[in-house]
Amino acid sequence: MALNIGCAAAPGRARDNKTGSWRVFKPVFKHETCTKCGLCETVCPEGCVKERADGYFDPDYDYCKGCGLCADECPADDIEMVQEEK
Amino acid sequence: MAEHECALFECGHRACGGCGPALAARLILKGTGPNTIIVASTGCMEVFSTPYPETAWGVPWIHSLFENAAAVASGVEASIKKQGRDEHVVCICGDGATFDIGMLCISGAFERGHDITYICYDNEAYMNTGIQRSGATPYDADTTTSPAGKCSTGNKRPKKDLPAILAAHGASYVATTSIAYPNDVVKKIERAVNTPGPNYIQIHAPCATGWGFEGADTMAIGRLAVETGLWVNYEMMNGELEKAKKIVNRKPVEEYLKAQKRFRHLFRPEKNVEEIVKIQAIADRNAAKFGIDLNMKKEK
Amino acid sequence: MMEILEGSHAVAEAVRLCRPQVVSAYPITPQTHIVEALASMVADCKLDAEYICVESEFSALSACLGASAAGSRVYSATTSQGLALMFEVCFNVAGMRQPIVMTIANRALGAPLNIWNDQQDSISLRDSGWMQFYAEDNQEATDLHFITYKVAEDHNVLLPAMVCFDGFILTHTYEPVDIPTQEEIDAFLPPFKPYNTLDAKKPMSLGMYATPDYYMEFRYEVDEAMKRAKQAYVQVGKEFAEKFGRDYSGLVEGYRLEDADTAFVAMGSLCGTVKDAIDEMRADGMKVGLLKIRSFRPFPSAEIRKALSGVSRVAVLDKNVSLGQKGAVALEVKDAIYGSGIDVLDYIIALGGRDVRKSDIRVIAGLAEKGIGDQYYGLRTEVL
Repeated sequence: MALNIGCAAAPGRARDNKTGSWRVFKPVFKHETCTKCGLCETVCPEGCVKERADGYFDPDYDYCKGCGLCADECPADDIEMVQEEK
Repeated sequence: MAEHECALFECGHRACGGCGPALAARLILKGTGPNTIIVASTGCMEVFSTPYPETAWGVPWIHSLFENAAAVASGVEASIKKQGRDEHVVCICGDGATFDIGMLCISGAFERGHDITYICYDNEAYMNTGIQRSGATPYDADTTTSPAGKCSTGNKRPKKDLPAILAAHGASYVATTSIAYPNDVVKKIERAVNTPGPNYIQIHAPCATGWGFEGADTMAIGRLAVETGLWVNYEMMNGELEKAKKIVNRKPVEEYLKAQKRFRHLFRPEKNVEEIVKIQAIADRNAAKFGIDLNMKKEK
Repeated sequence: MMEILEGSHAVAEAVRLCRPQVVSAYPITPQTHIVEALASMVADCKLDAEYICVESEFSALSACLGASAAGSRVYSATTSQGLALMFEVCFNVAGMRQPIVMTIANRALGAPLNIWNDQQDSISLRDSGWMQFYAEDNQEATDLHFITYKVAEDHNVLLPAMVCFDGFILTHTYEPVDIPTQEEIDAFLPPFKPYNTLDAKKPMSLGMYATPDYYMEFRYEVDEAMKRAKQAYVQVGKEFAEKFGRDYSGLVEGYRLEDADTAFVAMGSLCGTVKDAIDEMRADGMKVGLLKIRSFRPFPSAEIRKALSGVSRVAVLDKNVSLGQKGAVALEVKDAIYGSGIDVLDYIIALGGRDVRKSDIRVIAGLAEKGIGDQYYGLRTEVL
C-alpha cells in the first residue's frame, strides 16, 4: 500500500488492531440486574461497550482488553469478570 | 453485527487496559463533537492512538513535536479564521508537554489570546517514557527521576499551579476536572469550546501503570483524589473563581495514598507520619482555598 | 515597476504579492526589516493576512506548520540563532511535507555571537529536507520567492524551502528592483491547494509516528521529492523567464566557464564580486570562470559535473565550515566530480561578515594555480 505522505492516514485503521487478544479476564454482562444506566459505555477506555436495540449493553470482545472498569463501576453489579479460557 | 460507523475515537488503540487518558480522549470528543481539529503533543495519547497507519482519531488531527502544540494550534486558528471556517481548535497534551517543555508556546498562545481550547490530560508524570517526574507530579510521589530511597521521600516539590498561571495570562475559561466524573468532563469541555478562548482544561487522568494500581480501579482512584481534596474540580471565568465541587466529609489523604504503589514508601517499612502530615496540609490548603468542605453532622 | 528598495523591503514586497494568509514574525537581525515591512502592510490593509507576533522562532515555524496544515499559504523569515532554534521544527516540517517558504537572511552562528553575514546557518540545515536557493542580488532574492512558492506547492514536490540571501550585504543594501504587479503574480502563482489537510469535512491524522517498519520509506519519499524538485524548479524557472524576462532556471549557472582553467564555485552575493574579479583577470589573460550554485538543496551533482568537466582545478569559496572537516560546498562539489581527476581546493572565507574584495579573488586564483588550498583565507594571524 502506498505511503500517505506527511505521515498521514485517514480514519478507521485502528480497528485493524484487535486488542481483544490482550485479555486475561473478560467481562460477562449478565443483563439480570442491569438498569440500562449506560455507565459501562461511558467508562470504557476503549469505547467498545455498545448499546443494543433492547437497551442493554454488550462489550465488543474483538477489542475488550478486560481491564474491569465496567465491572468495577456498574452500580447494579451486573458485570462479572471471569478468567478467559484460551 | 451492526454496521460500523467510524467513532470519533476508535477501538484498537494501544493504551494500557483501564487507561485514564484513553477515557479522557473519548470524553473530550463527546464534548467537542466532530467539528473539531485536534493538535496533539508527543506523549502517551499520541503514541497509543497513531502508530502509522492505524489512527484511532475520527476528527482531523495533527501532531508536530513534544512542546509546540500551542504554537501549532495558534497557526491552525489563524488559518481557520482567515478562511472563515468554524472548527473548534483543541490541543490535547499530557502534563509533561504542558507544564514543562511546552511552557514557552502555551504562554505565547495564551498571551496572544488565540481562540483555542488547551486540554491537559494530567497523569502527573512523563508516562510515555516510563514514569519520570514532571512539574505536575505531586509532592512525595515516587517516579524514576524522583525515586524514594534511603535519603529521599520522592518528589520534593508540590504540583505547579498551572490553571492559576494561565488565568493570569488572561484566559477566558479555566477549569479542572477528573475522568472519575465523566459528565463533568463532557460539560466543561463543551463549555470551553463554545467560549471564545483561550481556554484551559486540566483533566485528572489516573494512570494504573504509572501510579501502581489495577486498571479496574481507575475511576475509584480518581474519585479518592477528589474526595481527599488533593485534586479539586473547579471553574474560573476571566480570572475569578466561579464554582468548586464540594465534598461531603472529606476523606483523609491516607486513603488515597495507600492505594497507590507510587506512595507505598510512605507506609513501608513503617508509616512516615511526618510526610503524610505534609500531604494532608496540602489537601487542607486546597479545601480552604476553594471552600470545598461540606461537613454533615451525623445524627445520633 | 522599477523601484529602489532595501533588500528586505524588496523581499517583503515579493511576499506580499504571494498573498500568504498567515505570517508569523519574530525579530532577529538582519531579517527584522522584512517582518516589520510586512506588519506595516497588514496594518495599512495592503496585505490581507493574519500576522502572529510569536514568542520565539521555534514558535514562528510551529505556527506556520499549523496554518499550512490547515490549508493556508504561510511565511516567516529568520537567520542564524533563530534558524538554529527552529532546528527541530525544520526536520518536522519537511517530514510532514508542508510547503512552507522561509527567507533566510544568512548570518553567522554563535558562539561567538556575530550578527554579520556568512552561510553557516542555512547550510547547517542541509540534512533537514528543506530546499535551499541562494540569491546573488536583490532582484534575484525577490524573484526567487515567486518561483519557490510555486515549486514547493507542486503536489509532486510538497517540500518546504529556504530562500537565502546574505545578511546586510543584500538585506540592507538599496538596489534597483523590478517589482511585478499583483495581476502578474496572481497569473503566475495560483492559490495554495493543500494535499493532506486538516478539515472536519474530510478528517485525516497528520504526523503519526512511524515504527522501523515504515520510517525509512517515509525518508526515502522525501529524497524522491527532492529529485522531482529539480525538474519542477527548472520548469517553473523557465516559465518565470518567459513571463518576466529574467532567467533563474539554472540550478547552477556558469560565468565565463567554457574555456576556464580555474573555476571558482560560490553561492550568494559573493558571486557578484567574483564575476567582477573574473572580468579583470580575464582582461589580464587569466583563464578563470565561475560556477554559481543557485540550488544547494536539491544538490545539482550532475549539472556541476557537466559544468566543470573541462576545467583544470576548482577553487571553492566556502562561507561556512564544518568544524573539524572542511567547507560543506567543497565536500559536495568533490563528491559531484569524483573520478574526474580534477582538483578541488577549499577556501574558508568571509566568516562572520569579513569583507571579500576583488583583489582577494585574484590572490586565491594564484594560490589555486599553485595547488595551495584547503585552508582558511585571510586569517588575521596577528590576533591568533
